[in-house]
Amino acid sequence: MSYFAFLAEHGTTLLLGTVTTIKVLICSMILYVIISMIFGLMRLSKNIIIQGIATVYIEFFRGTSLLVQLFWVYYVLPFFGISLEAFVAGVVALGLNFGAYGAEIVRGGILAVPKGQWEAAHALNFSPAKRIKRIIIPQIFPIILPPAANLTVELLKATALVALVTVVDLTFEAKQINSITWLSAQCFGTALLIYYIMARLALVPFLRWLEVLAAKKVGRGNA
Amino acid sequence: MEMGFRWDFAYEILPQMLWATLNTIIAAGVGYAIALVVGLFFLLGQRTPSKIINGINREIVEFIRSTPLLIQLFFVYFVLPQFGIKLSAWVCGMITIGLHFGTYLSEVYRGALEGVSKTQWEACRALNFSTVYTYRRIVLPQAFPIAIPGMGNYLVGIFKDTPLLSTIGVAELFHAATAVGGYNYRYLEPYTMVGIIFLILSVPAAMWVRKLERRVNVAQGKIKQ
Repeated sequence: MSYFAFLAEHGTTLLLGTVTTIKVLICSMILYVIISMIFGLMRLSKNIIIQGIATVYIEFFRGTSLLVQLFWVYYVLPFFGISLEAFVAGVVALGLNFGAYGAEIVRGGILAVPKGQWEAAHALNFSPAKRIKRIIIPQIFPIILPPAANLTVELLKATALVALVTVVDLTFEAKQINSITWLSAQCFGTALLIYYIMARLALVPFLRWLEVLAAKKVGRGNA
Repeated sequence: MEMGFRWDFAYEILPQMLWATLNTIIAAGVGYAIALVVGLFFLLGQRTPSKIINGINREIVEFIRSTPLLIQLFFVYFVLPQFGIKLSAWVCGMITIGLHFGTYLSEVYRGALEGVSKTQWEACRALNFSTVYTYRRIVLPQAFPIAIPGMGNYLVGIFKDTPLLSTIGVAELFHAATAVGGYNYRYLEPYTMVGIIFLILSVPAAMWVRKLERRVNVAQGKIKQ
């Protein structure tokens, strides 16, 4: 069977799987960005309890394997009466795991904002919330976006794991086709290519564009 | 089915889990050793004067780095036999992890080499040292401490990615937990124990790496001043 015949027969299935992968990616991206922001700020709180919660959360999710967390959410939570759909379980596990890594990036970014900015905002009598929202947050984007971009590419790769809790994504479809046709080179090779194209031609350019945008915004703000 | 955490069951399966932990540690260690060597080859490809080899090397590294380890595992495990290369799941897993993390480690090496000041090279040139001698006695001893935190991070990273090996049937910790869980129709205890074992092993390791990192930063700062 030629490769084109293979594509003609199974291409649609793989593309449908790719759509699911993109959905998982976008949902878990939104979740992880929100979690990173919240826990990154909590990590810097002066309140020991809030800081402690954030530290425990971050250490826990960075200390255990994503696959273990995923299986725990999907297979063990039902023991406690929380049954999540496979898709939701996948997104939650990915979001929680990457949120922990992202929180550390946010923390580093906030610490990298010059102290004078805090003092100036204080001197101008901004409320603490306004200080964070209007002065600090806009300035951390150029700092945190490069490492966050790396993390997001890692997230795209990690979405493959949700196939193991029965989410019908690209990896799942590739595995399925492999078990029917045993054309392993074709189906896994195609899947690898699709992931590569998504990362190199879509995700990375998008994140670079965000980086340029963030740098420009701050440049305009300072001028 | 009984709800809640059953301590007697957890105690019963503990020896099995600990044995499987040993396999996980071996897998991480062997995979890491391969990755360290593979990283050197990628580094070599990056630093050869030939532009063509540089380009090919970069594309290979980018490809491996931006595709999921899981599918790479499947690819190696299912495709090699089609070309008559029959390898056990263990060997496939170790090769794939070695290749995947080798690309990351080559970046760590590169960063470390670039962290050595250019003037060091110029001084060696002025003293008429050979390239080999310069690397061996001047550059590498200075680059190595810079690379240590990155290398440590990826050791922890590989350790946390070993559960993926269970998907191709390597009998490591996660595989054992799934087997035990399936046999007894209870997943709560096995999976929770896997999580705890991972925490116990990787949190201290990560803390140790962070400590090393701080020390290297301090030392470098002193050099700059």
